[in-house]
Amino acid sequence: MPELVLPDRLRGVEPVRSIRTPARLDYEFTAGRATSRFLRGVAEKRLLGQRCPVCRKVYVPPRGACPTDGVPTEEEVELGHTGTVTTFCVVNVQFYGQAMELPYVSALILLDGSDLPIMHLLQEVSADDVHMGMRVEAVWVPDDEIEPTLESIRYFRPNGEPDAPWDSYKDNV
Amino acid sequence: MGKERVAVVGIGQTHHTAVRGDVSIAGMVREAAQRALDDAQMTWADIDAVVIGKAPDFFEGVMMPELYLADALGAVGKPMFRVHTAGSVGGSTAIVAQDLVASGVHRRVLTVAFEKQSESEAMWALSLPLPFQPPMHAGAGGYFAPHIRAYMQHSGAPDHIGILVALKDRRNALKNPYAHLHEADITFDSVKDSMMLWDPIRFSETCPSSDGACALVLTDEAGGDACAARGGNPAWVHGTAFRSEPTMFAGRNQVNPRGGNDCAADVYRQAGITDPRREIDVVEMYVPFSWFEPMWLENLLFCEEGQGWRLVEDGVTRMDGDLPVNCSGGVLSSNPIGASGMLRFAEAALQVRGHAGEHQIDGARRALGHAYGGGSQFFAMWVVAADKP
Amino acid sequence: MRDIAVISFAQSPQVRRQPDLNEVEMLMPVVRDALAGAGITKDRVDFVCSASSDYLAGQAFSFVMTLDAVGPWPPISESHVDMDGAWAAYEAWVKMQMGHVDVALVYAYGKSSPGDIRRVLTRQLDPYYLGPLWPDSVSLAALQARCGLDAGSFTKADMAEVAARSRRDAKANAWAQLSGDDDPAELLGRDELVSPLHVHDCPPVTDGAAAVVLAAGDVARELCARPAWIRGIDHRIEPHALGLRDLTRSVSTEQAATAAGVADGPVQLAELHAPFTHQELILRSALGLGDDVVVNPSGGALCANAIMTAGLIRLGEAASRVTAGDADRAVAHATSGPCLQQNLVCVLEGE
Repeated sequence: MPELVLPDRLRGVEPVRSIRTPARLDYEFTAGRATSRFLRGVAEKRLLGQRCPVCRKVYVPPRGACPTDGVPTEEEVELGHTGTVTTFCVVNVQFYGQAMELPYVSALILLDGSDLPIMHLLQEVSADDVHMGMRVEAVWVPDDEIEPTLESIRYFRPNGEPDAPWDSYKDNV
Repeated sequence: MGKERVAVVGIGQTHHTAVRGDVSIAGMVREAAQRALDDAQMTWADIDAVVIGKAPDFFEGVMMPELYLADALGAVGKPMFRVHTAGSVGGSTAIVAQDLVASGVHRRVLTVAFEKQSESEAMWALSLPLPFQPPMHAGAGGYFAPHIRAYMQHSGAPDHIGILVALKDRRNALKNPYAHLHEADITFDSVKDSMMLWDPIRFSETCPSSDGACALVLTDEAGGDACAARGGNPAWVHGTAFRSEPTMFAGRNQVNPRGGNDCAADVYRQAGITDPRREIDVVEMYVPFSWFEPMWLENLLFCEEGQGWRLVEDGVTRMDGDLPVNCSGGVLSSNPIGASGMLRFAEAALQVRGHAGEHQIDGARRALGHAYGGGSQFFAMWVVAADKP
Repeated sequence: MRDIAVISFAQSPQVRRQPDLNEVEMLMPVVRDALAGAGITKDRVDFVCSASSDYLAGQAFSFVMTLDAVGPWPPISESHVDMDGAWAAYEAWVKMQMGHVDVALVYAYGKSSPGDIRRVLTRQLDPYYLGPLWPDSVSLAALQARCGLDAGSFTKADMAEVAARSRRDAKANAWAQLSGDDDPAELLGRDELVSPLHVHDCPPVTDGAAAVVLAAGDVARELCARPAWIRGIDHRIEPHALGLRDLTRSVSTEQAATAAGVADGPVQLAELHAPFTHQELILRSALGLGDDVVVNPSGGALCANAIMTAGLIRLGEAASRVTAGDADRAVAHATSGPCLQQNLVCVLEGE
């Protein structure tokens, strides 16, 4: 590469090493039909999954398509507010937009009656006591604060039931 | 495989580092591309088409950056193509480029993959708050850690396996001048005592965030022959494959995903490999968290399910073992995301060319390059060898 | 080269705003219709290639979940481009040339409505010199139109005629977003949006999806009575900086047209991805199309312009007309980047 020769008046000038160009874009997201129905259910403190007409699996939150069959999932299935911890991790690091007390537990929870675990927080239990197969229940925000958002479930906590047998959740790990 | 044999005759990469503050995005990709052209003993004018790949555009804050990079990559007046398949993109990009030659459409193709994570906030790009979706409480590590825990539970792997992998890869990186992390004083205990970020993943078992680029020049058989004639040791492509599966579905095995199994089986079949453990000399696999090495050893059919950790423990995957893995230091030592997959493909090619320098495995004749992305759902692989297919 | 044909094409209604459906819900019926049009199910597909942009979705890795629309299980051979779907079709065509893929599904989608598309598209520009100035897509196109007008390449009346003809033709296209009978003189009497462009010179903001099925040789003949054979396909790019280009021409279209063999036979019909009226005039000239060529019988991008998708729709529209017997030889074109920076040209023929 040829050496760059600057004109005299630019010699000795401090080079520009970087520029900051903040960019702001606003988006209005579309929930879609399936998620919209799910969130309306949440606003009524109900958890509504959808069943695939081909493989009969129940998805929650539903996205409107069965991921393996590529067909709309339209049959609605109401799920319990309890489930099983299929696996989890203990988090010791703060993330952007989060203000959690460390450490905290992020778990995959298989809601009773569904076929795919959701990721949610696990609280009211020491991280050392969390284990695979633990039975848990949803803790909702107070009724007058319930909104059509997943944040309406504050977290899950152990419900005291005996651990679920491995066979009941092994396909979801 | 297509109708035309394909050779890798030029390989270039940048020194990977946290911030390449001395170059623009264009300057960085051009640096890797120029090195690949120099290696191929070609000029920009020799190239028929350019294929570029990178991970999400939000990482640099430039939408469809191939438009802006056309000039810097000498693509003006030529076909320029942009690939994006999540973390596997570097591998997928190399495959799209090889297809252009294998199909007979072009004779000499330049392919480049990059990420300049310092230009924007990668963590921000990964954490754009999305309404309606379950909150991600813990970033990428938080996504993968539960699956690692499941692997440990299934296989009975002891806790120190992840430490051994991290220690091996970071020590290998000391032999690779391009690697981002050069931790000369790393020890088993320093990895073990590093912060447990997402239990069971420790800080030293996690990939860094890097700026960097990688480039390859691919040619038809005549180009490969010319390279061989001047002693340039081309790497010949013996097989390439993609596989994808959904992010989430009922009964999905995220520890040993079928997509990776199928992809490996396909690429081995193309290369005529029936016993990968014996017939492959060296492997560059995509290991962003140390535990993925034993998991991928199983997924890529190098051993029975549940046995990958034993290969690690027995030292099989060290540079002096019989199946060296990530002699370059791997993703654990350098992770310019969009380029990471192509670096695996490039390092595999460097090995069979005998051009890997201090991290060369003597006599390596056949190598596997592997990349994956998304929630362990997108796979791209190639097998390259010193001999023609 | 191996004989590859477009054998099926489907699209969603192209609308200003699709507020009810997310991307996967918008795409699913399109994939279903494209496969049904070829008389096949997903098991028959050997390769899938898709196109979309995270910047439209406002979300990194946005294409990942959308893949659910094809039900990719057992795992499929699949790839994705951050380019218009016409380039995804090109990747599939290359893959098929290698000989092992007989049937490919190509889909594209884009919702422009979630963000402010004119601002979003500024993020395509050189991030150091141009991006920080936020020059929007309509303003850049207006610069190009001004160059053409000043050079005497076309007049504002020519441009209004393109708009009126496109909207009139779109009346026969049930999927189009805009259509109607407009008098060019009356259009010219309205206010300018960004001088010299009027609203009628500009594309609508569109949400939409599209898919095509490609098949090789005898498989194409088995699945389709009259496949639209791809006789040539090529794409080229120009310098990014507008100052380095002659904006009154489309040099990259000329190069791609030569490589694709547009002039090797008579062209009866062309579907051109010209989001702005003056761009159709520039492209006609670059492709050497005479006045006897039917251009954009679908109404073109002036009547529906889903970003990342509108180019693939041109390929689908041109192919369906060949399949229907309306043309024996047609040209499809797609563009990307500001002021026609990158262009793809495909020649399609019936047998």
